[in-house]
Amino acid sequence: MITAILTRVGYALVSLFVITNYGLLLIGSMARISAKVQGRVGQPVWQPYLDIIKSTAKRNSISHGVMFYLGPVFRLAGGVGTYLFIPAVFGSALFRNFSDSGDLLLVMYFIFFGQLGMALGASEGGHPYSAIGVSRGLAQMTAFEVPFALSVIAVAIQYKTLDITAIVAAQQGGFLHWTVATNPVAVVAALIAFLGMSMHNPFSVVIAPQEIPIGPPTEYQSNLLGMLQTNRAIFNGAKLVLYMNLFFGGATSLPVMVIKTFLIYFINVFVGQAFPRLRVDQSIRFFLGAPTVIGVAGVIIALL
Amino acid sequence: MSDKHSIPGPLANEGLPLAERGLFCDAPPRQYQRANKITEAFWNWARAQSLWILGFGTGCGAIELRPLMTSRFDMYRYGIQPRPTPRQSSVFVIGGYASVKTLKRIVRSYEQMMGPKFVVALGSCTINGGMYWDSYNTIKRIDQYIPVDVYIAGCMPRPEALLAGFQELKRIIRAGRGEGQNEYARKFEWYKANQKQVIKDWNMPDYNW
Ligand code: SF4
Repeated sequence: MITAILTRVGYALVSLFVITNYGLLLIGSMARISAKVQGRVGQPVWQPYLDIIKSTAKRNSISHGVMFYLGPVFRLAGGVGTYLFIPAVFGSALFRNFSDSGDLLLVMYFIFFGQLGMALGASEGGHPYSAIGVSRGLAQMTAFEVPFALSVIAVAIQYKTLDITAIVAAQQGGFLHWTVATNPVAVVAALIAFLGMSMHNPFSVVIAPQEIPIGPPTEYQSNLLGMLQTNRAIFNGAKLVLYMNLFFGGATSLPVMVIKTFLIYFINVFVGQAFPRLRVDQSIRFFLGAPTVIGVAGVIIALL
Repeated sequence: MSDKHSIPGPLANEGLPLAERGLFCDAPPRQYQRANKITEAFWNWARAQSLWILGFGTGCGAIELRPLMTSRFDMYRYGIQPRPTPRQSSVFVIGGYASVKTLKRIVRSYEQMMGPKFVVALGSCTINGGMYWDSYNTIKRIDQYIPVDVYIAGCMPRPEALLAGFQELKRIIRAGRGEGQNEYARKFEWYKANQKQVIKDWNMPDYNW
């Protein structure tokens, strides 16, 4: 019993390590691909690693109280929690994580949890730009959560379960069994929500990585920032794996997982390089418009 | 300006109204130990590869900072990125002449940065006043107010010169000579005296971290 549990934990740690590195490389390679589109050379693929090492190697850091420390911790817990309850590779002992213990609702809760924790911590920093970032982030999140939730409801109705492993199992047996083939409308709504979730270009004003109001992490520095950067990689990986499982038939081996998630992430680059940034009020109106209607249509199709 | 000036009384955020004094730190900066040789070398290597700049457009030279982001000069390939907040950036780029008003903001931003931090000053104005050498409200040598690692001469320096300056900064960091933060802590009183000598209306905290 004990050995079984320890083996599970060991496997989960390995799987977490793999997804962290994969997420970091994904962020790095996407930045490089975007640079190529813009006719630049771009940063090295391993730049995210350097940034994390640099942040961790800072000699001093400032604090704004307990909640300030807890913000990144909650965020990291949200990222790790999201990932650990999703099977990364279907049918693999090493990469199934703890997917038999939680279901889709738990995962969705974890996605929210990290954002809320971060919002609390960032507001504690007392910087006005953090507050602006937090309110923008939460507003946009509430908006894209609507089409996302609708598409998840469609999936749950279609497979009559909330268990992610069961959803993946139902999609096995070829391309035509994937949700993207059986209910493409719900997948379109989910993918539009995905653009908002990854905060890439049209919806990137929340993070606004290099402008004056940088968003929630304005006051975070040194190792706290390093933690947020690591979480970004894990969270990215977790979201991609979730999407792959729900809509693209899951993966039966690591290479398949890498190819599928890479292609899903690539949608961000396509859209991000083609469209300029929206203001928050515009993006809220956008998410509550067409994507929501598409999501409702997806639910209706699943009900038929 | 000479080394003789002593500090006008103890530093207790005197410039601020009573109600606000408690809001700011009252501990002077301290020097930080370097890690052991191998670790420090590894960290310095990472620090040199990931320079996040706080581009503070103090003077006309700052206009040459912007082309670095474009496809033509592309500073990202050297690991250089702009960052909007002093908390996260590690390189402070002084973009030319600094008026006394601007110097206040420079000092505050510099002190809010997390160490190790580096300063690149561009343009003749930061070196000896440049064409503003006899102006009534600009300072002449920026390194009397904050420690500077690299000067880039020229009026104004081309983006290529800036990139060369950043390469020089990388060499300095890798060699372990980028110790501006400790330097500032060691000669804190001298720096503060110099700052207070030019900034007459000192209505800001003495310590900003
Ligand atoms: S050195 Fe020349 S370009 Fe630079 S700030 Fe001075 S006057 Fe302007």
